[in-house]
This record gives sequence, structure tokens and C-alpha cells, in this order.
Amino acid sequence: MGLTITEKILREHCQNKNATAGDFILVNIDKCLANDITAPIAINVFEEVIGGKELNVFDHKKIILVPDHFTPNKDIASAIQSKILREFAAKHNIVNYFEVGRGGIEHCLIPEKDLVSPGDVFIGADSHTCTYGALGAFATGVGSTDLGVAMASGKCWLKIPESIKFIYSGKLGEWVSGKDLILYTIGKIGVDGASYKTMELTGEVLSNLSMANRFTICNMVIEAGAKNGIISPDKLTNSYLESNGFTLGKSYQSDNDAEYIDIIEINCDKIEPQVALPHSPANVKSITEVNDMNIEIDQVVIGSCTNGRIEDLRITAKILKNKKISPNLRCIILPGTQETYLKAIKEGLIEILVNAGAIVSTPTCGPCLGGHMGILGEGERAISTTNRNFKGRMGHISSEIYLASPAIAAFSAIKGYISSPQLN
Amino acid sequence: MKTNGRVIKYHQKNIDTDLIIPARYLVNTEPNFLASHCMEDLDADFVKKVSDNNYSILVAGSNFGCGSSREQAPLALRACGIKIIIAPSFARIFFRNSINIGQQIVELRDINDINTGDLLEIDLKAGEMYNITSLHNYTIEKQPDFLQEIITEGGLIQYARKRLI
Repeated sequence: MGLTITEKILREHCQNKNATAGDFILVNIDKCLANDITAPIAINVFEEVIGGKELNVFDHKKIILVPDHFTPNKDIASAIQSKILREFAAKHNIVNYFEVGRGGIEHCLIPEKDLVSPGDVFIGADSHTCTYGALGAFATGVGSTDLGVAMASGKCWLKIPESIKFIYSGKLGEWVSGKDLILYTIGKIGVDGASYKTMELTGEVLSNLSMANRFTICNMVIEAGAKNGIISPDKLTNSYLESNGFTLGKSYQSDNDAEYIDIIEINCDKIEPQVALPHSPANVKSITEVNDMNIEIDQVVIGSCTNGRIEDLRITAKILKNKKISPNLRCIILPGTQETYLKAIKEGLIEILVNAGAIVSTPTCGPCLGGHMGILGEGERAISTTNRNFKGRMGHISSEIYLASPAIAAFSAIKGYISSPQLN
Repeated sequence: MKTNGRVIKYHQKNIDTDLIIPARYLVNTEPNFLASHCMEDLDADFVKKVSDNNYSILVAGSNFGCGSSREQAPLALRACGIKIIIAPSFARIFFRNSINIGQQIVELRDINDINTGDLLEIDLKAGEMYNITSLHNYTIEKQPDFLQEIITEGGLIQYARKRLI
């Protein structure tokens, strides 16, 4: 019996050379990551694990620390948390510590800095670490204790997941993006539809989809409960890596006779832009249905580790060019990284956004998790390109979040209610 | 080893980590601080109920703990006094975080017969559970050997100190 790409990568990274889906392994990690919310606990765990012995981290080049959630620090308490990362990074010579102003949102930043490559095992104390599966790496979210132990030992325990194969066929409509495909998929299988499993994403539609769209898709597999999402490296992956001067890594492909617990075929010909209604990413409807509901909004958020890349800002600017944000709402746009911010300035995108009446924020996770930079008040409603619309996630417990692509969010910002360019 | 405890139950599915401990409180990692806000967006009286009634077993619907990787979620529940969490299924990061910090969790397919206030007697090693209030007996699945080793050591920190360093 053949192996899936996920089985192959994990087998290469552990001692058990016969390990397959269902086996528990201690995996040797290539990189590990934590942020200003998860690192303080992980650092305590690290200290406890080394327990007074003058031990160093397992490899000071393989640990990545990114203060991005409550930064630039919103209050004294969050400043104290960030200080813990900064001091730990200095003490252990963590070269991949990204200070405010030189970094950005972790999952936008790490591919941009060539810190993850095809074939890697990458763990992060952040659930959206699964983003990097877009490059053909095994990437998964873990907790702070996992991360603390990994910083000390370079190891993490894992159960090799079974895989579900998704085959996307057909052709995408004009305003349909990676965000719409993943929302549609989560709507189809539910928030625990891929629990503990790998979502292996394949098909002609994906072959033609940009890396930015692939990152968006893999970013949200956790919203279906998946351990990881993965797209085998192909021509497009390699040309992305080569054109940016990034490490090519090791390209794995699933065997033809690999075992899947399910194969789900999705024809994309008729998929419209999708919107996830409160309070679940699986509560998905087509934009035609949502447009008819005439849902008025108070706030638009465009950005996050899901949709904070330059391609997302380009489509936002294309829609907002020479238009005005509806007077009844505020539109908050957050470039994912400093590099993206600079590109957006050079391409003239920021000027378009500001002229339209949007505010452009520093890179931060900010409003996505109800941290800062755009908290919702009682009964307020937002359309957002982020990844979760749980109750109270962006602010007051009675507020509502509608998840959509940057195109839908930007167009809705002009209209004042949730709508799409294709319907107007 | 048998554990006795009283149940507090929330039947709904997909209780996410934002409900268990909202992100606005993640600016502080002190377990007692986290505990004071545990589950408040789901039930504002959760902490008071647990403390007034000495509840130590949380029973909840499937996919408990979905969403973010924040370990503050099982830490907050533990600091509230919750010693065992029972659900038909757990989201995977919450599951591993619980194992790693030594928080006992039990996967039980049918939770319909368990109610708030019930007194349960649980023997995790034997895989047995008895509802003293309703007189129901349950067989509970034991954790796989690999995870049992981490639990037996008292969590991943102790496991790592012995075996990985």
C-alpha cells in the first residue's frame, strides 16, 4: 500500500521508518513558532523542562518568535507579555525574533522570510500554523507546552493522521477565490468534518490557483478541525519559490495507491462567492442568498493571516478605486507584513484605500480575535476576511461577524450591506 | 484509582476556546486570573456555580474546545476546579493541550443521561464510570498507551524531563 504525502514527510522525520497513519511518533521538527499570547507560557515550560540545568534551546536558528496579536502593545499587560519574548530572544540568541516594525502577522511573514519549505515539519503555538501546508510542508498548530518542550528538545509527539482527499474540478467564476473554496468546503463538511485528519487538497482548480489563494485555503483547514492541510508542490510552487529566491526544500507526492479514508470531489463551475454567517465558519451561504437578506454592516475588516497578502490588497484597491466607503460604516484594512505594506505603498494601493475613506492599520492580528484596532460594540455587525466568526470573537457578545473574501468585503464596504460585484 | 465528582453540564456542541476563555483576557497568564473569567461568555455564572456547588466534572457537547490553540483554555478550566472533562469528542489542539498539562479528559459518545448535579465515580485506569445519581454504568475508552505514558508522568513537562532531554 502506498503512502500519502503527509505520511511520507512524517516518516522521514521520526525514528519509526515503518510508521503510517494511526501511529504515535516523536517527530523531529524543522522549525517551531510562538507569538505574544502563546510564547510566555511556552517559555515558562521551557525553563521547567531544562529545570535549572544551564541548557540552551535545541537550535537558536529554528525557533521563531513573532509578537503579532496584541501589538503594537495595546496596554501594560500586553507590553509585559511582549517583553518576555524580547528578553528570551536576546538571552538565547533567537535570530528569528521579529520586532514590531520588522515583522508582521506570523503566517504571512514566515513564508515571506523563507522560514518554511516543502517537505518540512513545522509546528506552531497558533492554530493557523496549518497555513504552510500550501507549500507542501507538514504544518500544524500545537499548544504552549508542546512548544516549550520543542524549544528544549527539538521534538514533538504526534499521531500520524489519516487523510481525506479533496479534488477540486471545473473552473472558477470571476469573483471566486481561494477563500470562497475553503468556506464552501467547510460548509459542506462542517466544523468537525476533518477532525484529527489531513485535508489533502488536489485537482485542476488548485493547480491553477496562486500561492496567495493556496495559503488562504490551507489557513482555514483548522476551521474544519483538520490537523493539517496540504497541497503537493507543483510547477506553480516551484516557480513561486524560484522567483523569490526561496529554498526549494524536498518535494513529496502521494503515491497513486495511497490510502484515504474519504475522497470528496467538488465541482467548482457553479460555486459563487461564499459568506459564513454568525456564529460558525460552517454556516455558509452563497452571495446571492446573502445579498437578498439585505444585511447592513457597521464595520469591514480586510486583512489577517487568512487574507492579508499583497494580492488581497490589490483586489481590495481594484474595487475601492475612485469609490467611497459607505458613510454608515468604517473600513479597516491591515496589511499582513511590513513588506506587504511597503509593496502596497509603492504600487499606489494605500493612496486608493485612504482616498476611499478606509483606515490602513499597522500589521497586527488585532481585531480578528477581538484584541484591539477595531473591536465591535453591542449589536454591531462586521464583514471580515478573517477566519473565525465565533460568538463574541471580535468584541461584544451580541456582535456578529460575517466571513468572506476581500472582494466581497470591499464591495460591501461601498454598498453598506453584504453584496458582490457580480450582482451589480 | 477512582475519582468522585459532581457534574456541571452544557449540552451544546462546538464550545470554542473563545467561549472558554475570551481573547481579551489573554494578556495575563496567571491561572487564577484566567479562572475568574472562564466560560463567562457562555454562562456568566459558571465560576460561581462551580465554586458554590463544588462541581469538578464538566460535561459538554461534541467538538469541545474547537478554535484557537490557546492553552489558557484547559488551564482556566483546571484553575476553576474542573478535574475531568467529558465530551463525545474534543477538538484536537484542546485534546493535546489537556494531555500535555495532565488534565484528564474522557471521550464518551452518549452524554444524554448525565445531568448537572449528578455524582459520578470514574476509574480511568479500569475504563469504568458509574453515575451514582442515576445508577447508570458506562464503559469509557482508555487513552492509547503512548498518551497514557504522558498522563502517568503527570504531563508532558515531566515526560520530556525524563525522556527527551
